[in-house]
Amino acid sequence: MIILCQQLVLGFMIGGLYGLAAVGLSLIFGVLKILNVAHGELIMLGGYGAYWLFTLVGVDPFASLTIVVPAAVVAGLALYWLLFRFVVRAQEERRIKNSLLIGFGLALALDTLAVKLWTADERGITTAYAGKVLIAGDLAIPVVRLASLAVAFALIAALHLLLTRWRWGRAIRATAEDWQAALLTGIDVRRAYLLAFALGTGLAGAAGTLVSIGYSISPSIGLEWTLKALIVVVLAGLGSMFGTFVGGLFLGVAEAASAAAFGGPYREMIGLVIFLVVLMARPQGLFGAR
Amino acid sequence: MRAERRWAGVILLAFAGLALVPLAVHRDDTLNVIFLVLLSMTLAQSWNIMAGYAGQVNLGHAAFFGLGALITRKLWIDGIPVLVAMGAGALVAVVFAMAVGVAAFRLRGAYFAIGTLALGEILRITTGNVFAEISTLSAATIAGYRLTLRYYLALGLAALAVIVVATLATSRLGLGVTAIREDEDAAEASGVSALGLKLTALVTSTGLAALAGGLFAYYHISYYPQHPFSPHWTFDALLITYIGGVGTLHGPVLGAVFYVLLEEYLAARWVDLHLLIFGTLFVVIVLLLPGGLVEAGARLRRLLRPGLRS
Repeated sequence: MIILCQQLVLGFMIGGLYGLAAVGLSLIFGVLKILNVAHGELIMLGGYGAYWLFTLVGVDPFASLTIVVPAAVVAGLALYWLLFRFVVRAQEERRIKNSLLIGFGLALALDTLAVKLWTADERGITTAYAGKVLIAGDLAIPVVRLASLAVAFALIAALHLLLTRWRWGRAIRATAEDWQAALLTGIDVRRAYLLAFALGTGLAGAAGTLVSIGYSISPSIGLEWTLKALIVVVLAGLGSMFGTFVGGLFLGVAEAASAAAFGGPYREMIGLVIFLVVLMARPQGLFGAR
Repeated sequence: MRAERRWAGVILLAFAGLALVPLAVHRDDTLNVIFLVLLSMTLAQSWNIMAGYAGQVNLGHAAFFGLGALITRKLWIDGIPVLVAMGAGALVAVVFAMAVGVAAFRLRGAYFAIGTLALGEILRITTGNVFAEISTLSAATIAGYRLTLRYYLALGLAALAVIVVATLATSRLGLGVTAIREDEDAAEASGVSALGLKLTALVTSTGLAALAGGLFAYYHISYYPQHPFSPHWTFDALLITYIGGVGTLHGPVLGAVFYVLLEEYLAARWVDLHLLIFGTLFVVIVLLLPGGLVEAGARLRRLLRPGLRS
């Protein structure tokens, strides 16, 4: 019983990162109506960014967020300008398909690049405080993972504030709802696309940093994280950032429960099965209400 | 339509030439490379039926390749003739595809793509857990291993794939399938049964993929049963088809030759860098040259003969 509780708590904490990964994907998907399947690769690169900062310069991984996130935003601006700005010109159905293909090619290239730069070995950041645990009753809670969960929540709250209070944040939401109407009210839709995309990649960078602290990264984790983010997006629908975060927590706990019930190797299955079931129930796609 | 028949003739003629290669060349490395080209060609061609003609991007294609490999290997090692085992593998994959297809085709466009990706991953993880041990041929089988046998089987299968796609493309069925690709709702409205045709395309596509998987199982001395389920088989097929020219008969053929030869060349010089190059090339093709090598060739011809009207 204690073991099960312990696993569920750990699942809850990685679930926060699933939520963070999914919020970035969901923002890009909801606003630009494109599916960036290289999102997991961006998370992977963010993780390696923090890893390099830690091993080469000795920057604390939580502090390195202030470097990795802006760098990821800049990378997002570059990617949008190089690739995705051509994609958003097309009609909706074609847009999704082309973005899927481009994201896929990008993922392949980034995977290989990461193997070249960091080899295929698994890496993680081990700080001086990495082994600390909080004891709550019979449960042991790793401090770094708890801190990661808190940071993930804080980032999502910050994003919520940006989208509701900032002028361009409101423009982004208007564009997500109806880009034609937004255009008619004088919103620069292209700019809103660019900003939403850069914010999304910034979040991917943050998620990657947190993954490299409490867990491990390798060049091949991209597809896995893209799938997790997709599962959460499908589960939670679009629109609410906090809803997506809760969806992530749910997936984390569900995975832990399924690992406890059927054994570790089947950990990934539950998410994929949920994913297919939800997709089947809503074949019209992920755009919630329609 | 007529172009497809002409290309089928040209390709089959080239295959006839390839049939003579083992008589003249006795180097195993050459035969192995040609084998790889033919296997990739068959797999890409099978993927092309769905993506190129029916317009359905199936990212779980490796599942069918893997199923074919799994069943064929099991039956063949148990002593059943390999052709029968391959047929059985294809049958299982087709039945599975029918069962999944009815549900999966409720998904449209990108949702079909990510749904099939999830499905492929489920099958890969399950296989990896159930059949965790490496599958190796017995010493007696290895002693009697003949590469030319595999070579001719690959050649026959690639020829079969070309004939199937050419027949499909020039038939009434092919017309219906391409109508769905262009506009599914309009096709339905004009009396095309979308689900039926998509299932037919899926069955043809998976049957060929599973036969290719069977060939893989017959060719390799030892491998992990999970390996043919790996998404990289889907990705290979996708890259080859797009680089060559999606939705054409000769595109995947050209693509496979280009892809495998370049891969072999690059892998020898810069280990692993080939995927970086192919990934980038693929992005460029999707953005700038959606017709792949085939379109590049057509554009070049138009440039060289400016007087010709097409």
